[in-house]
Amino acid sequence: MKDQLYQYILGIADNSLILGQRLGQLCGHGPSLEVDIACTNISLDLFGQVRSYYQYAAKLAGGDASEDSIAFLRKEREYRNVLLVEQPNTDFAYIITRGFLFDVYHELFLERLMHSKDETLAAIAAKSIKEVRYHRSFSSEWMKRMGAGTEESHRRVQDAVDSLWRYTKEFFQPTEAEKAMAEAGIGVDTSSFKATYDQHIAEVLQEATIVVPTSPYFQRGGKEGVHTEHLGYLLSDMQYMQRTYPNMNW
Amino acid sequence: MTSAEVNIDERLAPLLREVSDPEIPVLSIMDMGVVREARLEGKTAYIKLTPTYSGCPAMDVMGVDIQRLLKKYGYDAKVELVLSPAWTTDWITPSGRASLEAYGIAVPLEPEADKAALTGSERIVKCTHCGSQNTRVVSAFGSTACKALFQCDDCLEPFDYFKCLK
Repeated sequence: MKDQLYQYILGIADNSLILGQRLGQLCGHGPSLEVDIACTNISLDLFGQVRSYYQYAAKLAGGDASEDSIAFLRKEREYRNVLLVEQPNTDFAYIITRGFLFDVYHELFLERLMHSKDETLAAIAAKSIKEVRYHRSFSSEWMKRMGAGTEESHRRVQDAVDSLWRYTKEFFQPTEAEKAMAEAGIGVDTSSFKATYDQHIAEVLQEATIVVPTSPYFQRGGKEGVHTEHLGYLLSDMQYMQRTYPNMNW
Repeated sequence: MTSAEVNIDERLAPLLREVSDPEIPVLSIMDMGVVREARLEGKTAYIKLTPTYSGCPAMDVMGVDIQRLLKKYGYDAKVELVLSPAWTTDWITPSGRASLEAYGIAVPLEPEADKAALTGSERIVKCTHCGSQNTRVVSAFGSTACKALFQCDDCLEPFDYFKCLK
């Protein structure tokens, strides 16, 4: 039970860590100053949330485990994030679409995790959701602006949606830890809000004049630690300091 | 859930008012509403702080500042971060709101108005320089997690708006 709770927490937190790292990579590279600041602000929120989750996980793990060892010293196969969030920063339409597909899920997920029987998880969720509502609103607004914008921006958003759509089903395919935690009233049964997710996505895409893909092909694996090639590069960048100078502190 | 009730020892309250938010120096941590509990047991002070935003880098600094200040008065401070109930902008005190305005940061509106202002559908945030409401959002994310960036179309000056968090 304790081990499953630990795995469950990592599953939640790793999504935010990896997306936060991706958005952090935009620092100084955003398409405009305001967007640069927005993306890194969102990154900071996600990292803050991650710290709360990892501190809790470290307490459960005991021994030498710490938030830093969990964040920085695992191997690629030990990260539990969904494939969507590790996808690289290509163009801005792609970055926003990736965020949008995650943010809608994230908000619906936290709305339910707030009612967890686990007090710590419920508290982190209640805190995080206030921030995540701003993230969802930011990415949704950009989806609409670009989708219903110029021919070029529309094409790029449609391409991004078509390309990233295959990663959206993984949210709703539970792991063993997720099933056990949902049953215990600690975790969230994500299948319970799949229809709501699809509806929220469809509403924004419609306003953005973007077609919802109908492809039946979906990819999964991240939750079991089987990642796309992009994660390894991200981790080597993220981990090199702790690997080179173990236990270093600011 | 939005309990504003806090339990703060009278002997510690005036001292904690000396500690300010490192990002908004005109605001004490008491005005910010982030001190949730302050108890004294002998010479040890037990302080519970709650973050404004999860990733707010100012929280660690506040903890260290509290320890440093209380040490000056002979207390050993133990600072703990608590998440529940989650902080809301409602906990900023009236004097805190006044200091924010005087410092040039527009104070948070109620949720519906906040949304209208941030999505640009209404011009309702008052410019902190000239008082005009002819202002527009430049970016929903500003120099810190808690603020948005606005610009006044009358005096043309930019200013920060403290976002509503409930």
